[in-house]
Amino acid sequence: MKHVVLGLLALGDRHGYDVKRQYEARFPAAKPLAAAQVYATLERLERDGLVAQGGVDRAGGPDRTSYTATPAGRAELHRWLSEVEPPLPYVGAALLTKVTLAVLVADDAAAAGYLRRQRAAHLDRMRELTRLKSDPASSLAWVLAADYALNHLDADLQWIDTAMIRTADLSKEMRP
Amino acid sequence: MSRASQLPAPATAATISARGIVKSYGATPALREVSFRAEPGEIVAITGPSGSGKSTLLLCLAGILQPEAGEVWFAGRRIDDAGEEARSRMRRTVFGVLFQFGQLVAELTAAENVALPLLLSGARRREALAVARTGLDRVGVADLADVHPSQMSGGQAQRVAMARALVTRPDVLFADEPTGALDSLAGEQVLTELTRAARQGGTTVLLVTHEARVAAYADRELSLRDGVVDGPAHEVEYGPGR
Ligand SMILES: Nc1ncnc2c1ncn2[C@@H]1O[C@H](COP(=O)(O)OP(=O)(O)OP(=O)(O)O)[C@@H](O)[C@H]1O
Ligand SMILES: [Mg+2]
Repeated sequence: MKHVVLGLLALGDRHGYDVKRQYEARFPAAKPLAAAQVYATLERLERDGLVAQGGVDRAGGPDRTSYTATPAGRAELHRWLSEVEPPLPYVGAALLTKVTLAVLVADDAAAAGYLRRQRAAHLDRMRELTRLKSDPASSLAWVLAADYALNHLDADLQWIDTAMIRTADLSKEMRP
Repeated sequence: MSRASQLPAPATAATISARGIVKSYGATPALREVSFRAEPGEIVAITGPSGSGKSTLLLCLAGILQPEAGEVWFAGRRIDDAGEEARSRMRRTVFGVLFQFGQLVAELTAAENVALPLLLSGARRREALAVARTGLDRVGVADLADVHPSQMSGGQAQRVAMARALVTRPDVLFADEPTGALDSLAGEQVLTELTRAARQGGTTVLLVTHEARVAAYADRELSLRDGVVDGPAHEVEYGPGR
């Protein structure tokens, strides 16, 4: 969160509410940010000297403080950008947990039924994202977000397909 | 007015369906009572693991293979028991086929390749070539009109093959792994153009693929497993065309 706000301020000074709006424009498929969360983050960044207050804009409406990334803030942003993300340190996605429990608790047919419905739900979502991506009116931000989601859903689906084949063996092993 | 628009519009009610299709290769059963129906203009992905019978189903529906049992219907008429002559005429007129390796004729230019189905149906050369150029333009490769297949990249050849498959404005396009030989970005462009052209022309597309990302371009999925339709029985749609 901290680095996302820093990154958006590195693109230009803005008010807290603009940070929220910019976030939604750059990451259109993400869950929207709560304004309160943005203000709290800005406060913390200011305390740590990573952002500073600029002028106050009184044009139309309530006073709004604009923020700017300090040199220390920019340095911190670039340090973070150069760091690789840990590749899946914990394997505990909701999908995995649910399938494992379905195999443990439910019978094979019920587990297979669940996997089949999950597969259909995944493919529905992939169709939706593909339509969105193929629309010439979609912005690059949307296309990038759709590509990301499609690749991940595709990986889930390949795993679901394998899981459907393994279900029988898996249930034998886990139910002594 | 473009030349292509002078060609007849696809017939309505061009429903294609199969009922209880059985097909084996010697002792190997490939399809065991497969039933299926696609409405006009629908894009259906035929998916399933390798060897599940996807290509065999497509070949039976397109009238290239004859099933041992079951029926294939198109536009309200039974077609599986029609003679070879009639079935091959359908493939030149109301059906289009597109396979993994474009199968372009090496001796011909892109425009000549695309014009081929029209020439085989008796169109005049000048007109066929003009329609072919429009078709090449529609899939974004107008500049390849005078190029021979050996001078094209895989993705370019695939688009030319796509233009050829669509040039007769078929009612049904049969595509077997049309992006199988391409990397993902080139494949994506082929699929985007294929589905856009099909939706514009009201063409039904039966798209065989083993990839979910390709299947996601379709309106729905028919999943095969070991020669049968996968899924609870109530999900299976069948019946002759209306
Ligand atoms: N010409 C052939 N001769 C003999 N057996 C064949 C022939 N073509 C297909 N088969 C067999 O029929 C079954 C179905 O094959 P088909 O080619 O329809 O599968 P598919 O789903 O298209 O597979 P893939 O994804 O590998 O292309 C398989 O068991 C296959 O080995
Ligand atoms: Mg095949």
